[in-house]
Amino acid sequence: MTKGEVEVEVSHPPNGSAVPPDPPARAGTPGQAGVPGPSAPTPPAAPPQPPPGVPPARRSPTAQAAAQPAAQPAAKRRTAWAEGTDRLRAAATTEPGRLRIIGAVLAALVIGFGAVTTWQMTDRSAAAHDVLYRSQPLSDDAAAIYRSLADANTAASSGFLAGGQEPAAVRDRYERDIERASEKLAKAASNAGSTSSSAAAVGKLNELLPEYTGLIERARANNRQGLPLGGAYLRYANDKMQTQMLPAAEKLYKAENARLSSDYAKAEPYPWFAIALGVAALAALAWTQRRNYRRTNRVFNPGLLAATAAGTVVLLWLVIGHTFARSGLNESYDDGVRSLNVLNDARIGSLKARGNENLTLVSRGAETTEVKGESKDKFDVSYRALMKRLGDKDSGLLGEAVALADGDPGGENPVLDAAENVGVWKERHEVARESDDSGDYQGALNKVIGAKGATGECFDNVDAALDRALAHERREFEQAAEDGRGAMRGLPVGAAVLAVLGAGGAVLGIGRRLSEYR
Amino acid sequence: MRTPRGRSWPSGGRLAGLGALGLTAALAATLVALPPGDDGGGTGAARGGDTVPVAAPARAEADNCDDQSLPPSDEDGPTIEEIKNRKVKKLVVGVDQNSFRWGYRDPNKKGGQLEGFDIDLARKIAEEIFDDRDAVVFRAIPTNERIPAIKDGRVDMVVRTMTVNCERLKDVDFSSGYFKTGQQVLAPRKSDITGYNGSLKGKKVCSAAGSIAEDELKKQSYGADISTTVPNQLDCLVRLQLGEVDAVVTDSALAAGQAAQDPAVELKGEKPFTTEYYGVAMKKGADDLVRRVNKVLADYRADKDGWKKSYDEWLRGPIGENASPPKADYRD
Repeated sequence: MTKGEVEVEVSHPPNGSAVPPDPPARAGTPGQAGVPGPSAPTPPAAPPQPPPGVPPARRSPTAQAAAQPAAQPAAKRRTAWAEGTDRLRAAATTEPGRLRIIGAVLAALVIGFGAVTTWQMTDRSAAAHDVLYRSQPLSDDAAAIYRSLADANTAASSGFLAGGQEPAAVRDRYERDIERASEKLAKAASNAGSTSSSAAAVGKLNELLPEYTGLIERARANNRQGLPLGGAYLRYANDKMQTQMLPAAEKLYKAENARLSSDYAKAEPYPWFAIALGVAALAALAWTQRRNYRRTNRVFNPGLLAATAAGTVVLLWLVIGHTFARSGLNESYDDGVRSLNVLNDARIGSLKARGNENLTLVSRGAETTEVKGESKDKFDVSYRALMKRLGDKDSGLLGEAVALADGDPGGENPVLDAAENVGVWKERHEVARESDDSGDYQGALNKVIGAKGATGECFDNVDAALDRALAHERREFEQAAEDGRGAMRGLPVGAAVLAVLGAGGAVLGIGRRLSEYR
Repeated sequence: MRTPRGRSWPSGGRLAGLGALGLTAALAATLVALPPGDDGGGTGAARGGDTVPVAAPARAEADNCDDQSLPPSDEDGPTIEEIKNRKVKKLVVGVDQNSFRWGYRDPNKKGGQLEGFDIDLARKIAEEIFDDRDAVVFRAIPTNERIPAIKDGRVDMVVRTMTVNCERLKDVDFSSGYFKTGQQVLAPRKSDITGYNGSLKGKKVCSAAGSIAEDELKKQSYGADISTTVPNQLDCLVRLQLGEVDAVVTDSALAAGQAAQDPAVELKGEKPFTTEYYGVAMKKGADDLVRRVNKVLADYRADKDGWKKSYDEWLRGPIGENASPPKADYRD
């Protein structure tokens, strides 16, 4: 075997001339040969270390000439580096030296590949975990806060329309909403951190919520006494809700959605660095084995082969695992998050529309707004804008939700149901408006908050249908995101273990060759 | 002709800087002989442009302009015909639903019917025109929308504690005055505010946007912060109770309604610091309607079951004194 190697060496004349320095290098090996695995990578690192002690002493006169103590370490380091490269260059002139360098580079590449894979996939896996267990639930909570507040306001105005003694169901609904809002706010507060815009929004809502409930209680107390002051308080509370609280809730909702998107953005990008390192490690292993084959005519070096196998497994696992994870996450975003966002928007839109419909009857035109130079009822204008945004099964938010459901009956049917009810709602609303416009206030009231055939019925149906659609999409989201996260499971640890094994293999393989020089 | 109605309340500093307004009013007063509505629009001053030289000396009280309405008549004219021939055969009346005892909705009464002194009057007018007390569509309108609502034709008339004055007469026509009132300060009983005077200095005072109170406060605020204006006078009471303002300026009749809803506040000052009359506002040039409404009002004042009964039912309690309708004053 040695013979073959010599032959090969001869074919490289420059190397041949460098044969004499071999012995000292070989002299170094025996000590390390005992522990070929871990020690092999050390030699390249070790040589630079001893020299620093020597050169400074040798060069100290020059450093003193510089008369700059600060310059000394720099000079020292430079000489150390120079010394290291000299040693390396010297080592590279002999085959064992070259082998040692190759072994060190291989081990470094495989370990580096493993380390970067572990690091990048830990990041992505953590981000995927955050998507599933932190940012999406928080975004859901923020939507729940937004929705509860809008719903509470709607319930308050419905209760007012019903007269001094509000129906128990309406009161329960209001109370449930306020309870849910404060509970979710407390949760959001602990998750929002202290500086983010969500924290500001949560702080504002925490401040405004008791003010709002206080105003509603005053409105109720005055209303029970038959005083118009109750209505004035209700409008004041509504104003606070519409101009301060709902915008803050919307801001929180948007901030949480931004956090969700950013977690997605952290989980989804391909781990290019790790992949590049993996490709480089495999290429280096291939090159080394080819070099071995050329020089020794031996086809297999078990150590290097094992390293190659380990590297290939990690690389494939990384690429395939992440591709699956990515597709799972993409699916959870496209089928889950986007649908959830649109449905949440639609549900909040329908709540606001209902609130405005009620307030049109509460205020009876007491507040107007200018539309194209014409004064119109503020609440009716707002109702119409919201209903237009809700749209039907082909347009607006509901149309978007139908498109996003993409033929999946579980997601599509409730949205179609909601769209149908929105259609009926609009028709009944026009009839109610007509009654009101012709002076039949009681008739209009019956058509809005009455027991049967009222717009309230349609609203309740829309709300329930959207709730079903939301529950369905939430399940879809969780499943897809869980699948995506699952595809990454074990990858960070697996990559680390395999990389250590691979590096060991590479070192063993090289060590075996080195031992032939003893 | 003017009948003396004891306009003894001091008009105060309002008169300063009112030369132009006073002149306008005086001009209008000289125009009674001209055919009404001859040019279908414009202000009194514009109509009387040619007659400026013969203008009588402006009289101080003339800025009330509540003597400018047309004499009563029960004949139908083009405006009434139009109302009667509409699809919805009802009178569309702009009212308030936030003025306790004037126009409000008692939440404890079924049907959410509006009720109050103004509502009674609106129903009376509907009864006279359509023979049906219920032939009315009530439109709640904010204070600053009263004139635009009439001008745009969204309502046939406004019966909403609306003070007759010369400024508003440029945009709408009024019936004869049906109630005498004036601006007054409302504040918590414990407040050190004593009335429309220097005690307002540094206090926050609320008024309804587009109200006489707002105009008066702009003319003389006594150093008060008057930046808080609201759509309806009752919204001021909300802010007063929440401590956002220290006092409210509004018509004494409305302030009495506010005090009736909150025993912790009271009217400050002996008497209102202005004298005003509420009138029914209608579209400018709707002369037949104005005359018809004046006829209804004339009968309403005289009828024992009319003005007096409604007053006793709604207003006597909060205002706390007996009253009789103000005498009508027409152009000629």
